[in-house]
Amino acid sequence: MSQSTGLSLVVKTLSYAYGNKEALSDINFSIAPGECTILLGPNGAGKSTLFSLITHLYNSRDGEILINGFEVKKQSCQALANLGVVFQQTTLDMDLSVLQNLHYHASLHGMTRKQASIRINEELERQGMLARKDEKIRQLNGGHRRRVEIARALLHKPSLLLLDEPTVGLDVPSRKGIVEHVHSLCENDDLSVLWATHLIDEVYPTDKLIVLHEGEIKAQGSVSNVCGGDSTDEISHAFKQLTQVKPL
Amino acid sequence: MRFGHAVIALKGIIKRELWRFLLQRERFIAALVRPLVWLFVFAAGFRSTLGIAIIPPYETYILYEVYIAVGLIGMIQLFNGMQSSLSMVYDREMGSMKTLLVSPLPRWFLLTGKLMAGTFVSILQAYVFLLIAWFYDIQAPWLGYVTLFPALILAGLMLGALGMLLSSFIKQLENFAGVMNFVIFPMFFMSTALYPLWKIKESSELLHTLASYNPFSQAVELLRFALYGQFNLYAFLYTLAAFFVFMSVAVWGYNPSKGMMVKKGGGPS
Repeated sequence: MSQSTGLSLVVKTLSYAYGNKEALSDINFSIAPGECTILLGPNGAGKSTLFSLITHLYNSRDGEILINGFEVKKQSCQALANLGVVFQQTTLDMDLSVLQNLHYHASLHGMTRKQASIRINEELERQGMLARKDEKIRQLNGGHRRRVEIARALLHKPSLLLLDEPTVGLDVPSRKGIVEHVHSLCENDDLSVLWATHLIDEVYPTDKLIVLHEGEIKAQGSVSNVCGGDSTDEISHAFKQLTQVKPL
Repeated sequence: MRFGHAVIALKGIIKRELWRFLLQRERFIAALVRPLVWLFVFAAGFRSTLGIAIIPPYETYILYEVYIAVGLIGMIQLFNGMQSSLSMVYDREMGSMKTLLVSPLPRWFLLTGKLMAGTFVSILQAYVFLLIAWFYDIQAPWLGYVTLFPALILAGLMLGALGMLLSSFIKQLENFAGVMNFVIFPMFFMSTALYPLWKIKESSELLHTLASYNPFSQAVELLRFALYGQFNLYAFLYTLAAFFVFMSVAVWGYNPSKGMMVKKGGGPS
């Protein structure tokens, strides 16, 4: 049974340590449907650890994570069925084609061949990648690989999309395209997004902001509430004040 | 877990493993060349020095090539199990293992699916090897090729589970050479793949004891009897038990809260 929270993601009193080294401490936040939440933090802040816990790659001893009301630890299958993930590192099979990669993912989510083909065409078309569906991943550039990964993460129509620094290593137009596309998904499809980044210019004024540093949430709320304004300079200044790290 | 979902996922995992295997032609060729070199060169060289007495399941004196052929099928499955282990470590380093582990299916099922996919590939290799061996005059009764199939499944699962267990303990690809030296070679040489137990006993009691407790020996004996249409209950139970032990530890090793993924520490890659 799910706990009906009406929220796409709830993280309650979550802590995690690697041996004696604390990586996350008392993390609390939630994401409502259609909300784009930016998890802003410098390298080593604990963003990837938080993602590993939400995706059940790691289990926390302390705290609770609910995806669409399903607890990740106890109802991992139901929770993960509502989740789409784009990891920081490409997780596509380089020697397989775009179609083969997407069909593999669809099968892991129990989609029949017919359902999968329809959804793959829809998502690839939306990403402008349909014409390249037979190409091997190795032949695609970084931006196109990311688009395929986003298409893959959305195939099973999740309610929550996690993106772990998805624009790292991409050129400016590719980055811009992905940032715009993901924000449009929140607006038009009511998709909830948790986007980890350390790049200030990926934050939109309408986003919710969580600033993570040394495993702790330093501030969270709307961009203007956290930063006292929504310009890049104001966000940058607030980030520097909260983390003592110069933003990129 | 819905049954239909499980079947679709399992088909997807096996299909991916086949795609990858067929794309890596050198892997396919290497998997065949290795046992064939042993058969055509090693076994031919030793034919005159190693006589094999009449031992079950054989009903007559046999050439050394006939004896070693089954051991080489075991070798194919042993190397395939380790190859799967290597590819799991690689997948983990490259990140594609995450795609599998964040699927909405129980982890034991995902790991078993991956294991079955690897076993399926090893069975294909084994039958291609047997086909070549047929033309080299190493021929078993026709029924034996059928009864061998379930034995190949169990032996493949057991050796694949061992590989999976090892992959949960190996953090980096570089450490894989150690597996070759400390697992594959001792397992292969201290087994009945190359020489029967009584022959080993003549040389060393200790080696004989080690070889008889070696799960690989039992897997090879299971295959040997099956290829001649016979059932070796002891080898079957031993291989089955070894499979459950290896698989349980492997699933524990991949458990997000209890296994080696946590003990190894460091940030998630």
